[in-house]
Amino acid sequence: MTEASHEILLEVENVSLSFGGVRAISNVSFDIRKGEIRAIIGPNGAGKTSMLNVVNGFYHPQEGRITYLGRSRSRMRAHEAAEQGVARTFQNVALFKGMTTLDNIMTGRSLKMKRGLFWQALRHGPALAEEIEHRRICEEIIDFLEIEHIRKLPVGALPYGLQKRVELGRALAMEPTLLLLDEPMAGMNLEEKEDMSRFIVEANRLRGATIALIEHDIGVVMDLSDRVVVLEYGRKIADGVPDVVKADQTVIDAYLGVGR
Amino acid sequence: MGSAGEANAAGDTFAKLLREHAVRRGRRPAFRHKDLGLWQTWTWAEVYDETRAIAAGLLALGLDRGDTMAIVGANRPKLYWSITAAQMIGAIPVPVYADSVADELAIVLDHAEVTAVVAQDQEQVDKILAVRDRLPRVHHILYDEPHDEPRGLGDYDEPGLMAFEAVVAKGRAALADGNVAADLDRRIDAGRGADPSVILYTSGTTGRSKGVVLSGERSIAAARDTVAFDKLTDRDEVLAYLPLAWVGDHYLNYAQGYIAGFCMACPESADTAAGDLREIGPTYHFAPPRVFEALLTRVQIRMEDAAAFKKWLYRRFMDVAKRWGEKIANGEKVPLRARLAYGLGDLLIYAPLKNALGFSRIRVAYTAGEAIGADLFAFYRSIGLNLKQLYGQTEAFLFVTAQADRAVRSDAVGPPAPGVALRIAPDGEVQFKSPGMFVGYFREPDKTLEALTEDGYVKTGDAGYLEPDGQLKIVDRAKDVGRLTNGQMFAPKHIENKLKFFPNIREAVAIGDGRDFVAAMINIELASVGDWAERNNVSYASYQELAAHPRIYEMIGAHVDAVNHALSRDPMMAGAQVRRFLILPKELDADDGELTRTQKVRRRLIAERYAPLIDGLYNGAAEASISAEITYEDGRKGKLAGTSRIIDTPPYPKTTAARAA
Repeated sequence: MTEASHEILLEVENVSLSFGGVRAISNVSFDIRKGEIRAIIGPNGAGKTSMLNVVNGFYHPQEGRITYLGRSRSRMRAHEAAEQGVARTFQNVALFKGMTTLDNIMTGRSLKMKRGLFWQALRHGPALAEEIEHRRICEEIIDFLEIEHIRKLPVGALPYGLQKRVELGRALAMEPTLLLLDEPMAGMNLEEKEDMSRFIVEANRLRGATIALIEHDIGVVMDLSDRVVVLEYGRKIADGVPDVVKADQTVIDAYLGVGR
Repeated sequence: MGSAGEANAAGDTFAKLLREHAVRRGRRPAFRHKDLGLWQTWTWAEVYDETRAIAAGLLALGLDRGDTMAIVGANRPKLYWSITAAQMIGAIPVPVYADSVADELAIVLDHAEVTAVVAQDQEQVDKILAVRDRLPRVHHILYDEPHDEPRGLGDYDEPGLMAFEAVVAKGRAALADGNVAADLDRRIDAGRGADPSVILYTSGTTGRSKGVVLSGERSIAAARDTVAFDKLTDRDEVLAYLPLAWVGDHYLNYAQGYIAGFCMACPESADTAAGDLREIGPTYHFAPPRVFEALLTRVQIRMEDAAAFKKWLYRRFMDVAKRWGEKIANGEKVPLRARLAYGLGDLLIYAPLKNALGFSRIRVAYTAGEAIGADLFAFYRSIGLNLKQLYGQTEAFLFVTAQADRAVRSDAVGPPAPGVALRIAPDGEVQFKSPGMFVGYFREPDKTLEALTEDGYVKTGDAGYLEPDGQLKIVDRAKDVGRLTNGQMFAPKHIENKLKFFPNIREAVAIGDGRDFVAAMINIELASVGDWAERNNVSYASYQELAAHPRIYEMIGAHVDAVNHALSRDPMMAGAQVRRFLILPKELDADDGELTRTQKVRRRLIAERYAPLIDGLYNGAAEASISAEITYEDGRKGKLAGTSRIIDTPPYPKTTAARAA
């Protein structure tokens, strides 16, 4: 937000995605600038989550190009996306339910672990030093997200709002360049939303993550994001700064409801 | 002074005490704080060094002798050091409750005329900035930057807002200059014991809170007496988790710690205190009755879920503990068989239980603030926890009475503490003179005069009497004791406490002064009632829904009935049985002004806000409705509407027979 540069981090051009006969995304183009918070909004089934899945390589579009960090390709590969700093959270929290908060967040570090299985199994020498460093980074995230009290608890037993926070923690542990958040505030009460908003803004500002955010709470979207792209039935119907999008008649009709 | 006294630091100000510890036990641990999952420890020498740097930084900001400085936040070493740093330069620290809403904060900061504030984090800074236009005197706001991340403060461009560490760095640099260091030394020496040492704002049970000014020499004298009384040494350790602004924290942790030289461990966050307690294993501990109650509730819930054999073992040995535990703790004669059974129980149940609660190493534990249930008190004592009661006040710098080891009972608060003169006024009010007695209320000499008798005793405002064994028994606030229309004495707290001793009842408000009979409004305890609901397939979506459930009414009705039965056996109170009750549709909350920050009910406010419900209690209606205004912590307001059914509970006849039986 503060350093809204104009350098493009990710560009999606004319992307179309179908599942058999169902067209989830048709010919959508937009870009994400380095350092911004970019919101993707739209009614249910508009193709928002599919779009995130295209960006992190989980779905492979039939048409279009994706340019990320200056490299253009027809589709992302999931492991490549992860290696190049794309992290995400999911609409229906996808954590290891039987593992503790700390262990879940530690899994976010797995790509950063340099030592091989041999050293890690020994837990000695360089592997130990490495683990301590990873642990420190995870502890900073725990401190940042104010979840010290659940550090050693299995996440399956935690309330939903806290699970969402842990998931954000795991994504942050990847030290992401691009952080994809799929409805980070769904099902939260006002106080939890305010906390989550704060964490998102600070992850962006202090930790330097560019953020793409799907969210239904329009108030939150307008507050947090630098630019908003609006999808409806797989098509892009608007794109711009919140105030412009808010005033756009197509958006009002399609999404916010006629007569507002 | 005895040997315990000699081991303690000398000095009449806290800055001098700290300097003394740095010399005499410089390498002993003084503070701990869990940060990033690890316990960090600072020795007395390091604390002295840090504190000097803070003090020099504050001097560089222009703070001077006699200025007041607020400290807002949770228990963090840096905040404790800031208190001492202010005292070092002759400024007066004013700790403020961290959970105060912005408005409460503004009132205290304005009244205390503070020029600088040390705030823990963004949350506190936000509150101060929200009311800054009402605080023209506040020139400096220092905030702590955890791990060099100015969380959420990056965009703030406020005059006087600066990072705590920057001020400390400035101070440290300045101290490199010998003249600055020498000037600081002179300031420490120049500190006089008679000077104000701290201003503690009362919790405001009775209207607006007042700033209680305590002097260094009196504070230290009082703490020194009680350190000797409980034989505290530098080998002791406490978990400093009580609110900084509360007299209990300033006394039990700060003052006694600075006398005895023991180590204060600060929890990672308020939510982790229970776990941190286990890790630290303090030897000296304080918790209000409600904390002990919550812990016991948790133990009981866990035991309900335990396997049959474990459950049997627990019941079996708790019976042993109930029968013999307290007798053994009080050093009474006990048959050998009982001693053996208790020893086995200790091995199997009591010691593991204490360990799970973090109480393994506790030598001395106190509870105070509210009456504690006999069963609750007996539970902890019977498993071998040396739990005692004290009675105190901010104006006394805490201790007025305290129970000695082995002379402990649940229904009284002990004989006068060392050096305290205690008397009961003709109208039943407890009055005292004590070594730690306050100097006066800040900027309110008229209120100070009101609080004192002509011969210099402090009026506590509590009604009570001395038992034959010399222990003080507190009945209620003197002004809350009233009468029913038929002349029957009505002590609301007495009845409320009896109700609250049931784990299912969180809060109760008894009404009766000037009425025909006693009625009660009750808050259920969501933890235990919710657990019960789960077991009995009672589904609910909210507190309100659960509170209105007929079966919950039945449950609470049975509790009220039991209280009536107990009251009927007390000749003084038999006429004050609860005739009608209701369950409140909303939890009483300090944020809504219904409880004080120390969780005491504010009667007048509740009487006003819940007037429609109270009317229902007395006009014979079967239910009553209310709409209450809720104020959130940030000052926004919301509305809550609800309806409560009202239930009649027939009183028991006054039974003299029961006493004969």
